[in-house]
Amino acid sequence: MTAEPLTEPTAGPLQATSPTFVGMPKFPYAARTALGNTQQRRNLAHATGVIRAKRAKVVAEIDRWEELRQAGADAKDELLGHMAAYLEQLETNLTKGGATVHWARDAAEANRIVVDLVKGTGATEVVKVKSMATQEIELNEALEAEGINAWETDLAELIVQFGHDRPSHILVPAIHRNRSEIREIFRKEMGLVGRPAPDDLTDEPKRLAEAARLHLREKFMRATVAISGANFAVAETGSLVVVESEGNGRMCLTLPDTLISVVGIEKVLPTWQDLGTFMQLLPRSSTGERMNPYTSIWSGVHEGDGPQNVHVVLIDNGRTHVLADPVGREALRCIRCSACLNTCPVYERTGGHAYGSVYPGPIGAILNPQLRGTASDVDKSLPFASTLCGACFEACPMRIDIPKLLVHLRAKVVDAKGRNTVEGRAMAAGAWAFGDAKRLARLQKASTLGGKILGNRQLPALPGAIGQWLSIRDIPELPAQTFRQWWADRERKGGAS
Amino acid sequence: MSAKAEILARVRAAVTDLTAPLGARGETPWVDQAAASPAETIELFVENVIDYKAQVVRVGPDGVGGAIRDALTAYGASSVVVPSGLDPAWVSALGDGVRIVADEGLGSLDLDAIDSVITASAVSIATTGTIVLDHGPDQGRRALSLVPDVHVCVVHASQVVHDVPEAVFRLHPQEGMPRPLTWISGPSATSDIELDRVEGVHGPRTLHVILIEA
Amino acid sequence: MSPATSTRPKVALFATCYNDTVWPGTPIATVKVLERLGCEVVFPEAQTCCGQIFTNTGYADEAIPLVRGFVDTFGGYDYVVAPSGSCVGAIREQHHDLAERAGDAALVRRVDTVVPKVYDISEFIIDVLGVTDVGAYFPHRVTFHPTCHSIRVAHVGDRPQRLLQSVRGLTFVELPQATECCGFGGTFSVKNPDVSISMASDKARHVRETGAEVLVAGDNMCLMNIGGVLRRQRAGVRIMHLAEILASTEEDPA
Repeated sequence: MTAEPLTEPTAGPLQATSPTFVGMPKFPYAARTALGNTQQRRNLAHATGVIRAKRAKVVAEIDRWEELRQAGADAKDELLGHMAAYLEQLETNLTKGGATVHWARDAAEANRIVVDLVKGTGATEVVKVKSMATQEIELNEALEAEGINAWETDLAELIVQFGHDRPSHILVPAIHRNRSEIREIFRKEMGLVGRPAPDDLTDEPKRLAEAARLHLREKFMRATVAISGANFAVAETGSLVVVESEGNGRMCLTLPDTLISVVGIEKVLPTWQDLGTFMQLLPRSSTGERMNPYTSIWSGVHEGDGPQNVHVVLIDNGRTHVLADPVGREALRCIRCSACLNTCPVYERTGGHAYGSVYPGPIGAILNPQLRGTASDVDKSLPFASTLCGACFEACPMRIDIPKLLVHLRAKVVDAKGRNTVEGRAMAAGAWAFGDAKRLARLQKASTLGGKILGNRQLPALPGAIGQWLSIRDIPELPAQTFRQWWADRERKGGAS
Repeated sequence: MSAKAEILARVRAAVTDLTAPLGARGETPWVDQAAASPAETIELFVENVIDYKAQVVRVGPDGVGGAIRDALTAYGASSVVVPSGLDPAWVSALGDGVRIVADEGLGSLDLDAIDSVITASAVSIATTGTIVLDHGPDQGRRALSLVPDVHVCVVHASQVVHDVPEAVFRLHPQEGMPRPLTWISGPSATSDIELDRVEGVHGPRTLHVILIEA
Repeated sequence: MSPATSTRPKVALFATCYNDTVWPGTPIATVKVLERLGCEVVFPEAQTCCGQIFTNTGYADEAIPLVRGFVDTFGGYDYVVAPSGSCVGAIREQHHDLAERAGDAALVRRVDTVVPKVYDISEFIIDVLGVTDVGAYFPHRVTFHPTCHSIRVAHVGDRPQRLLQSVRGLTFVELPQATECCGFGGTFSVKNPDVSISMASDKARHVRETGAEVLVAGDNMCLMNIGGVLRRQRAGVRIMHLAEILASTEEDPA
């Protein structure tokens, strides 16, 4: 993705933080609360452990996995470099296939388009396929404000919706809930909006899934409008792809008369054959399966089969802001598989809510500050919500160098904040000390002889920080002499023995 | 300026530092696993379909009708919906106990009252145990293979390819009449509760595959 | 290069700033083992720091002079060896980008010339010297934490384990969930202290599960983090850098 700059890229507008996440605290504060939620800790440790093992097993089956990752990254880079051309090709082919294409600059515009389309059909309810794009724009809230009920049909989304909760994972949004919590939610909520949960409902996953099947079946049978996202939109053929497991996607994409799909402009694949790459990368990286149970592909309207009124809403909502950063733009390769969340030791402990966005985990830590900018407390803190351990990069099927992007964004946060801070002054002092070896040697001598503290050069003396450190750890004793002094002594005595 | 014009202008302005021409990556990469032999491809397909907790029955060209009869009997299906282009021989062995319903103007609720469906298929993939329907005349429209709870799906060994890229290539939409596609890998399933896999949610809870070998 | 046909390889030791200051035993051990294996070791005294602490905290501009300093100091050597997968990783992954950030094409070229000559000690011993059994003796039960930057940035692979398993007398015990981060992460441990503590505690628990007497790693900052917890717990496990084990002999035990 590097080339000689012709002219400086110009960034599109930032995404406005959606109402749910305005005023979110800094990550470390939200994380502290999350760490204290013992049930969530247990649920997450179990779930991420299971999915990590499954992923590792099915990825190991593919000898050419690294080539696949590169092919995936190359396909998305081809798109990102020529997005205008591919978007126009997609629109042309979708239109040829009988779909109507809409364009939305931001969340408000996208919501207005969808609300108007739904109202135009006269429907007062819609069934929804799990979609990150519609969560990002908070479409359900926009529909409800207009008196339209939006029913989530993915099991986990249903749990979240019934629990008046927020998703905490991209793929498994209710990962923070365990079976007995889900049973309680179903017993309490299902009957309020349709077929109630059976009286003898247990907390067996099979029984819970059965309850959801029965509850949602009547909604599928009567729905006239469905709303989906898309995992991929193939420019060459005007085809949309939805990858799922339960069959709720197929129900929504097949039975209603009207289908509205909200698609981020980075979801495009240049060619049909690219699916040969992505349909290997996505299932193995996300659910850790060789293939997900169901994938639906449609190319506009298919006569006599499925919805006859098909709409596609292409949304920007901050994506062109990300696209303009030559280093950061590779975050737009993301296919929302969640492999980075599942492998992240920080996410495993804090869960998704602490990230203050529908995009949690390592990908959220690089995506949100680019989509929304770094003005808010949470977005400023997200690039620092990582040890830079690199497990996410290793797992990412799109080869997004998340640690590198985190470091890049940290510099942006510091540059925006300025250096006249406690940390900034400590860093300047450190840089001054390291700027010259003789100066460093004098300072080392002072600290070793003093033998009192570790030395501020290594850990900037943020307020209370050293105290926090020492609350659990002993620190090493300082040595009698530095290596530099040892070496000088040895040289004086005649060097190597 | 229209939203479209504005978004396209933003997109263009955002990448003025990039110089590679459109399509510079060349042919779309094709990364797959090599098949050792056609026979091993078939064995791998069967193994992977079974791994999804689907049933697989292997028959000769004349054995389909009997296998379908046995399957519907085993699942206690008293009704079956058939696509218009299905080979009539496949349902010829069904006795009076099974009501055969043609797909003529059936609504979702009508389909929901039918126990099972029989379809052919378009392409299958060995490495992933996937069957792809392109909803041609012998497979019917998408709702048919979705709403009834038992899906009996007939696969010809000649339709089984080794890996995903080959299947994608074979399924390239035809100019002028692209087909909808449904990729099926086992019965419907969810892992949304504690990552514990449960087979059988909204799609057919039973997938029964009949593999025709020469 | 085959050690049999070569003259004595001349190695410039990059001690790293924190080893120099806080853990001089590690670079001393590095000198001992490299000299024992027939290398001529020099310590270019102008060296200070790879700059990682600044880069990773968002102070990239502050790191740029250190990149210059690094190429000035080490530009003339064929082999630069450091007892730190993390610092070697930072040099490999970050120095080029920092030079580009500085907009200094000459610096970029110099960085690109120096970087391929920089080795973690485990890489240098196995790949350049062609040795796996360094003649060390360490009769203790040992477990090994592969630090994140050594395996996922510097990509040293299993070289440290291969070196350890060739040490006479040493009993090697696998660490459960070895590749999971210890929670240090430089300023992460200060900015996100609660998550860091949670991770460090789990890592220390896994170390204790091994029943090992010594925890070994190729990066002292990670060892300080895990070792600090183990020591606070009076766990009876001490920490040692890989180089210190490799330097240990019957005559000169660690």
